Amino acid sequence: MSSLVNQQIAVLDKSVQAVFTAPRRSLRGTRARELSIYLLLIACAAFSVFITVAILGVLLKETLTFFQSPDVSLGNFLGSTSWNPRLGGSRSFGIWALISGTTLITVIAMLIALPLGLITAVYLSEFAPRKVRAVLKPVLEILAGIPTVVYGFFALTTITPFLQWIDDGFNIYNAMAAGIAVGILCLPTVCSLSEDALRAVPGSLREAAYGLGGTRFDVAVKVVVPAALSGIISAFLLAAARAIGETMIVSLAAGSRARVTFDPRDDIQTMTGYMVQMATGDVSTFDLAYYSLYAVAFTLFLMTLSLTMVGNVVRKRFREKYE
Amino acid sequence: MKNRPPAAIEQSIQRAPKRSTSSRATKNSTFHAICIATAAVSVAILIVLLASILIQGVPSLSLGLILNPPDDQASQAGIWPAMWGTIWVCGLCGLMTLPIGVATAILIEEFPPRTRIGQYFHGLIQLNISNLAGVPSIVYGILGLTAFVTMFGLFSDPKNPNASLEFGANTYYQFMSEGDRSIMIPVAGPDAPRPTLVDQMPAYDFEQNPIRINVIEPGDPYPDDESVLAYTIFSDSEGGPVPKTSWYYFRLPFGRGVLAGALTLMLVILPIVIISSQESLRSVPSSLRAGALGLGATPWQVIWHVTLPSAIPGIMTGSILSMSRAIGEAAPLLIISGVVFIRQAPSNLMDDFTVMPLQIFNWAGRPQEDFQDIAGAAIILLLIVLLSFNAVAVLIRQKLQKPLS
Repeated sequence: MSSLVNQQIAVLDKSVQAVFTAPRRSLRGTRARELSIYLLLIACAAFSVFITVAILGVLLKETLTFFQSPDVSLGNFLGSTSWNPRLGGSRSFGIWALISGTTLITVIAMLIALPLGLITAVYLSEFAPRKVRAVLKPVLEILAGIPTVVYGFFALTTITPFLQWIDDGFNIYNAMAAGIAVGILCLPTVCSLSEDALRAVPGSLREAAYGLGGTRFDVAVKVVVPAALSGIISAFLLAAARAIGETMIVSLAAGSRARVTFDPRDDIQTMTGYMVQMATGDVSTFDLAYYSLYAVAFTLFLMTLSLTMVGNVVRKRFREKYE
Repeated sequence: MKNRPPAAIEQSIQRAPKRSTSSRATKNSTFHAICIATAAVSVAILIVLLASILIQGVPSLSLGLILNPPDDQASQAGIWPAMWGTIWVCGLCGLMTLPIGVATAILIEEFPPRTRIGQYFHGLIQLNISNLAGVPSIVYGILGLTAFVTMFGLFSDPKNPNASLEFGANTYYQFMSEGDRSIMIPVAGPDAPRPTLVDQMPAYDFEQNPIRINVIEPGDPYPDDESVLAYTIFSDSEGGPVPKTSWYYFRLPFGRGVLAGALTLMLVILPIVIISSQESLRSVPSSLRAGALGLGATPWQVIWHVTLPSAIPGIMTGSILSMSRAIGEAAPLLIISGVVFIRQAPSNLMDDFTVMPLQIFNWAGRPQEDFQDIAGAAIILLLIVLLSFNAVAVLIRQKLQKPLS
């Protein structure tokens, strides 16, 4: 018995000796490999910065080309409400006609997505029993995974006929149907981001409120929601940015008439809808209408970028810290 | 001896205005009911959405819809080329996006900055990625149009806007044989003169298989043999140059082809891949890294042998979900390829393409009822693909993700 142990110790001793007496392996190759991999990773990460630079550069350069044309002026672009990019007649590039369409769609979408999304999030995080959660979460995930072109089809073939059945005044292409579909699209975004914020509120706050005799309603609405307010506001802003940039639904269901109107029964055109119309139509690469694409894209980019940035800042800076 | 509160406290409790708890209980139960109703609305929306698509699409589902090219007749139309377009574009996009995305996530999560400049770089990348995720996909389409389709106009010539640097394109002179077959004679370029037709010269049929042609003089009789007649041609036949591309055909700028579409789609899903990979890398407990480092592993050995294998289920889930986003994405590809009528699957990286969401967009936008029906049927096929992708992602998340700490 003890001889076996001694034998094993001898073997171990030998291998330890071998480790210590072996010639030291050169680390040069390893270091070179580590460094080259590190540099490769940095190159990959720099690619994402490069994309941003490219977006800004391309949009700025082509927008400048657009404004250098004698037919276009910044005053007309920012001051007019008439958008008529076609050659001949009264050519006018008043971005407000498109912004008003985008705003109308976004407001309708947010009126749907915000209350539904927030209340569902409160329900999921504060009320729902585990079984309900197990149904509701996958439903929201499926809704989030449905492609936008499917929502556009739904708006065109189901929501619009339904609206027309309620009220004859609805055009075949109308802002209401598109707005409702965009709202459904944004609902999972609002819900999951708000729920994350609500769940991040520490349980001790809830326990304290229950201990003071609060009902579930009191705890949820008077304690948890205010504590998670920064996350909820950021969810709203990010969802609004998504609604502004939504393309396929509006180009299928909202129509293609650029004008300022606040009647949701009318057909309208959004910034994204105009870009699709230009890109799919026969526009010469050197025509002014082609460059107007970049000016509209730049406006859209600025609007969504500022919403996203404000949303991210609100979430990070104004977070209530409890621990 | 009873434990009674002092008289003063008892009095003040009795003097306090009586608050009924029933109103608060009512408020609570009302709110609970509202919550349940709201949650039911989202379930109802999904049911109505799926039901309306099924009702509209199921009657038009057929094998022909999968196997046919698009057609002016709704009953003959299918999504075969669009399906292959989706496979080409999304496959290429995945091959390019996943390595770059995972590498970026590794750099951010696994190499904490040590210097001031490093911290600045990290902060910049992190901010940049969260903002890129909020850029509307159509803006990426505009970027792709400029950067990949026309390549900033670097290679174009104002006199000849269609000129490009090409590789792998051959020009043939096409003739019609007396047996009504195409005969392709290779020539030097699009401006080459008409070749003189002789027997034994190199010639190909339309599928680019080599053939032997039989040249006869005007006035000669036709050969009796059908198979010889198929490639019999008069020496003075009229013909014209046609370009034919091989499978490795490549050109600069990329034009409205598969590669431009895949690169554009890469821009769209790259931030999503990065963010989801970051989250799964972050969930790997740091004790694993510390253990490996303590055994003398280099940082890359730690990542390659320890961190990545533990994070792989999460990374795969995120990647599959972002691929299903790529499959459903239409807006940027609409800017790249436009609404085009394509009857064949792409055969090289520069071929024109269409994808399933674009084909659906094309059909759904038409006023005819029967095109809307086949749009519904195509949506069913698309949703089956996407839902199975999501199901796989959920399965991986549940089966492979073991708690590590």
